Amino acid sequence: MTLDAVIIGSGPGGSAAALELAEAGWTVAIVEKGRNHLLDPDDLTRPSADYSNDEIKFHSRHFLGPDPLVEPRTFRTGEEDGDRVHVGEVNSVPSTVGGGGTHADGKVPRFLPADFRLLSDLGPQPGADVADWPITYDELEPFYAEVERAIGVAGLDGANPFAGPRSGPFPMPPGAPMFGAVRSTAAAERLGYHPYPAPTAANSVPYAGRPACNNCGFCAFFGCPIHAKGDPVALLTRTMATGRAELLAETFVSRIRFESRRATGVDLVEADGSTRFLAARHVIVAAGAIETPRLLLLSGVEHPALGRYLMVHFQTIVAGGMPFRTYAERGRSVTHVHDDMIVGDDLSRAAAREAGLPWIRGGLVEHAGAAMPIMEAKHYPPGPSHNRLMADSPIRQRLWAFTMQGEDLPYAGNRVDLDPSVRDARGFPVARVTYRPGRHELVAHEHFGPRLADILKEMGAQWTAVTSSPGRGNAGFTPDSVPESRHNMGTVRMGTDPATSVTDPYGRLHAYDNVVVADSSVFVTSTGYGPTLTLATLAARAAQHLV
Amino acid sequence: MPTWLTEAEFAVLTAACDRTVPATADGPGAVAAGVPDYIDGLLGAFTVDPPRIWARGPTSGRFGGEPGSAGFHPLSPLDELAWRTRIEGSQGRPEREFNGPVVGLQERYRAALDALGADFGAVGPEEQDARLAAVDGFGELLFHHCCEGLYGAPEYGGNRDGAAWAAIDFAGGVQPRGWTDAEVSTP
Repeated sequence: MTLDAVIIGSGPGGSAAALELAEAGWTVAIVEKGRNHLLDPDDLTRPSADYSNDEIKFHSRHFLGPDPLVEPRTFRTGEEDGDRVHVGEVNSVPSTVGGGGTHADGKVPRFLPADFRLLSDLGPQPGADVADWPITYDELEPFYAEVERAIGVAGLDGANPFAGPRSGPFPMPPGAPMFGAVRSTAAAERLGYHPYPAPTAANSVPYAGRPACNNCGFCAFFGCPIHAKGDPVALLTRTMATGRAELLAETFVSRIRFESRRATGVDLVEADGSTRFLAARHVIVAAGAIETPRLLLLSGVEHPALGRYLMVHFQTIVAGGMPFRTYAERGRSVTHVHDDMIVGDDLSRAAAREAGLPWIRGGLVEHAGAAMPIMEAKHYPPGPSHNRLMADSPIRQRLWAFTMQGEDLPYAGNRVDLDPSVRDARGFPVARVTYRPGRHELVAHEHFGPRLADILKEMGAQWTAVTSSPGRGNAGFTPDSVPESRHNMGTVRMGTDPATSVTDPYGRLHAYDNVVVADSSVFVTSTGYGPTLTLATLAARAAQHLV
Repeated sequence: MPTWLTEAEFAVLTAACDRTVPATADGPGAVAAGVPDYIDGLLGAFTVDPPRIWARGPTSGRFGGEPGSAGFHPLSPLDELAWRTRIEGSQGRPEREFNGPVVGLQERYRAALDALGADFGAVGPEEQDARLAAVDGFGELLFHHCCEGLYGAPEYGGNRDGAAWAAIDFAGGVQPRGWTDAEVSTP
């Protein structure tokens, strides 16, 4: 029997699409190249017990994948670098059942209404291809609400003055505020900013059969041992409970097969290396904004925009040394954020004018500390002073910091293509990332960095430091040229014009009638927000449009 | 007793760890924390089954719950390829050399410990530093492993009795107890 749909990727996008389709009565197979550490192998409708509070396992040893030794990517800052300047880890979102949802600390903000009409509201930027999205916030709102209920989002209604309208309240109230965030939000408010409890897909109360978060602190970059984080385990367990879904883990899709305007199915490479064809009436591609264009390119899909407009968020990181302990190791890694640097003000407009740019936008600012001791230990020099530094702990115990997820503009030169010679362990060409920040990102960083440092000083910081990822050098490659961000977006842009966009407003490839992209690849702009909620929302909407 | 290194190699490794993060009044140092065992345990990860790569979940037993982390996860075929290549090197095997030869951790440690010399523990600190610096990249590799073996979970053979965590006032993994809302917001 031919499946109604094969879904490539089990992250928030693939899971949201799978749930819509399976609950509508479709038979689906979810194909995931990574392992299943998320669902109980004896009963896929229940979570597993594989995750733990273990920095070696999750940070040092690639437990959630991909392991860069067998699944590398390559990187260069531009064509003048040659074929590549780096082989290994590049913007690696987990490759595992659950995808990127497993490791994130579950911050799931919505985009602003204005994010969907950047070109109309603000106008173009030199060198960038800023465009409006082919959909509006109002069209997306019911799907935002549905996905928030499905994954369980904790938040405070009305707390963010810049937020778009909501059709209903947050499913849960916010969880306990972190000690440092209580102080940094108070400092931000004294300086006229508007911090609020981060909308977070971690239960503050028992929800949908999963327990409340117990604040263990091993949140960002860890899987949740008690599955208080709902994204995407809530979507996948519900999908499996329909009885119409099959999970094929450790299975790699090497090619989508086409006949004229339709896909017929996919070529699979199984864990033991054997290959087979899986027929399906629809193909949903949800492998993330780097692996999705890689697969489309491996499958022979052609479009001048395919792989282009990669955006990752230019991160401004501002740290302050506090005269008190910040207790960053307790709680949900980040409990508060503010949007002021996205919305902008007279000062940021003046900074843009001074730099000769029509406008600048920063990003969501996360209030957080640095919690983990191995990471801290590697930052101090070896030798007799090491123990003293660890005990005094200027980083782990006394740092408070802001990470601004600065909006990356879409540039045609920032892109994903196939590396001409580097292969993965299965023998297929790996994704090559070509990326460098544009002038807009650097100007926004220069403007907002010192303003964030001022908040930390108001909080009591004895020193502050402003850095960024990637580093600010724009002349050739240095190790910090590879962005730390995992917020990969763009590369398979959606739009109404088949000449300038690869998919239609529902993620369906213009060139093929039954292939739908259901991840952040379709994003037109990067906004200043984490992509998870919006990509899952778009995936749910695209799937509902199919059935 | 080392599981993979020879006794002589283990003695040199112990001296090199002692120089990299020595014990002080503030904490146990790499040797007392068991870092040489952590490194030897990684180099000999495949001498046990499942290999000593990823401790299981969901709890360590130190804050209640079962000591589930005492066991290790079985590896998938792709995991095993990755970790055997990383530890043992590619050894000319085509399935490990799809992007060219890989020098494994075993070979890097064995060559570096040989270069440091059997008398490494007996020479002065300046001579030790000079020898450590003379082996390309080894000082950084050893230091990173010292950080993991000091401040990682004790299940991997280092951080003996959690003494390194105690010295820096870090609780380690606190599941299933967690922290109360009051401990988070008003510690």
